[in-house]
Amino acid sequence: MVASIQGAAIPPAAQTEQAAVKLEVRDLTIRYGNQPALSNVSLDIREHEIFGIIGPANAGKTSFLKTLNRMNTFNANMHVDGEILFNGLDIRHLKNVYALRSRIGVVFPLPVGLPMTVYDNVALAPRLSGIKDKADLDIIVERCLGRAALWDEVKDRLDSLGSLLSGGQQQRLTIARALSQEPEVLMLDEFSIAVDPVTTMRIEDVLKELKEEMTIILVTNLVQQARRLAGRTAFFLNGECVEIGETEDLFTGEIKDRRTRDYVEGRFG
Amino acid sequence: MFETSELNIKNQRVQRLFKILFLLMTMLLIAPVLLILGTLIVKGGSVISIDFLFTSPTDGMTAGGIFPALLGTVWLVAVALLISVPLGIAAAIYLSEYAGENWFTRIINLAIINLAGVPSIVHALFGVGAFVLFFKFGTSILAASLTLAIMTLPVVIVATRESLQAVPFAFREACWNMGATRWQTIRRVVLPNAVSGILTGVILEVSRTAGETAPIMFTGAVFFTPFLPQGIFDQTMAMSLHLFVVSTQVPGVPENLPYGVALVLIAMVLIMNSLSIAFRIYLRGKKKW
Repeated sequence: MVASIQGAAIPPAAQTEQAAVKLEVRDLTIRYGNQPALSNVSLDIREHEIFGIIGPANAGKTSFLKTLNRMNTFNANMHVDGEILFNGLDIRHLKNVYALRSRIGVVFPLPVGLPMTVYDNVALAPRLSGIKDKADLDIIVERCLGRAALWDEVKDRLDSLGSLLSGGQQQRLTIARALSQEPEVLMLDEFSIAVDPVTTMRIEDVLKELKEEMTIILVTNLVQQARRLAGRTAFFLNGECVEIGETEDLFTGEIKDRRTRDYVEGRFG
Repeated sequence: MFETSELNIKNQRVQRLFKILFLLMTMLLIAPVLLILGTLIVKGGSVISIDFLFTSPTDGMTAGGIFPALLGTVWLVAVALLISVPLGIAAAIYLSEYAGENWFTRIINLAIINLAGVPSIVHALFGVGAFVLFFKFGTSILAASLTLAIMTLPVVIVATRESLQAVPFAFREACWNMGATRWQTIRRVVLPNAVSGILTGVILEVSRTAGETAPIMFTGAVFFTPFLPQGIFDQTMAMSLHLFVVSTQVPGVPENLPYGVALVLIAMVLIMNSLSIAFRIYLRGKKKW
């Protein structure tokens, strides 16, 4: 499954005394036509951390995620400036965007169960990458569904349609599908919007475990969710990155910006 | 708390009035269909028999059957479909899945709309000029089917494009996010879910192609030939032209013969349409989202 970007294998990220940097964003500016969506964002996302992004609607959170795996290429109206390094490699000009995307799993706000069986949903990414052997696929499907805490509920109906599962199950199916890519980074965009609290807690537990294997970017509009999960959190507001810091600092008064405290304490947003 | 006011009564009265009005309009729509079918069955039903369907016309087309015309129409429709369906589906996939919002796409869309608006007799003259004379296909099934194909291409393109567009965008996005190319996404997610709509469009196109007269009368269909078509370079009789001929061009045709021809033609079309509807119902039962 190890694909390569720009023909060459990605070199192991530079070892620093701290955790290595997985994604490095420098002066990222996003516009839709003439409408700015995000301006001058610079931040580092470290390996094996859960990086939270909080902020009200229209802050530029989703646009930010889209640029990380170059999904912006599908929107001709979306202009991106600035530097994004993935494992130290600039992704702006790479030819093989497919390899990049297969290394970054994405979970959307509304669960998207593809209109195929549960099994095929999870086997799709491995199949796209050329795995044909049924036994191999079986192993991947069971493992991914298991890690997404869905296996026990669907193991007897892998042949039923993924799009007919309940909302909470579909969202876990989406996570299982993202995991089947064996991603290095998992991006979750407000995953709990359409999910009940119990399922949300189960998924949160899953994420805490997954952190050991991959880097997780968690966009959420639930401030407490960021507090529960994220090691570090950025606060986006109206296209600006107001604050980046240790998540606990955002809640314990170590905050530099007045707007962050107001948002975290629920005074607006 | 739930008393009925003057205004409530008035609103409900108006609402009933409009409901009845719309119902009447709908009934009006059904009337011509029933009248046409009824007339054809009453006047032409007696003509229909196995012999009528499977023998050639005799006595200067005033008697006998319609087999060469029936077979000719099947040939014309089949060859036209072989040309227009792959072409139309490919074009629709390009327009729906690949084309960007730019002047090139707008020109193509404009061309499709205009192509759909060209009168069939103009298509016929184009067919004569392009296929019969320039490409030297002669008056043949090939020339006639090409003309029909070009004429019905917009139907296939529009039907296909609409059923592709009906597949939620989120499915494509989910697939792209996994690192799938556009083609992988189309093949594995978009097409399997659009196929019912595409097939419906194709079947509707069949019924339209079968009934066209003008585009084939100069390009491949003939008044009368004692021979059955053997290949795409033969001339052939066709149901629609045959109906025109026995109705207006030949003296001494018994009154109910044209009605019989028309009944067979419309039955062909209705059977195709029913198949299309049945198919759609079947696939709707398997709707996946």
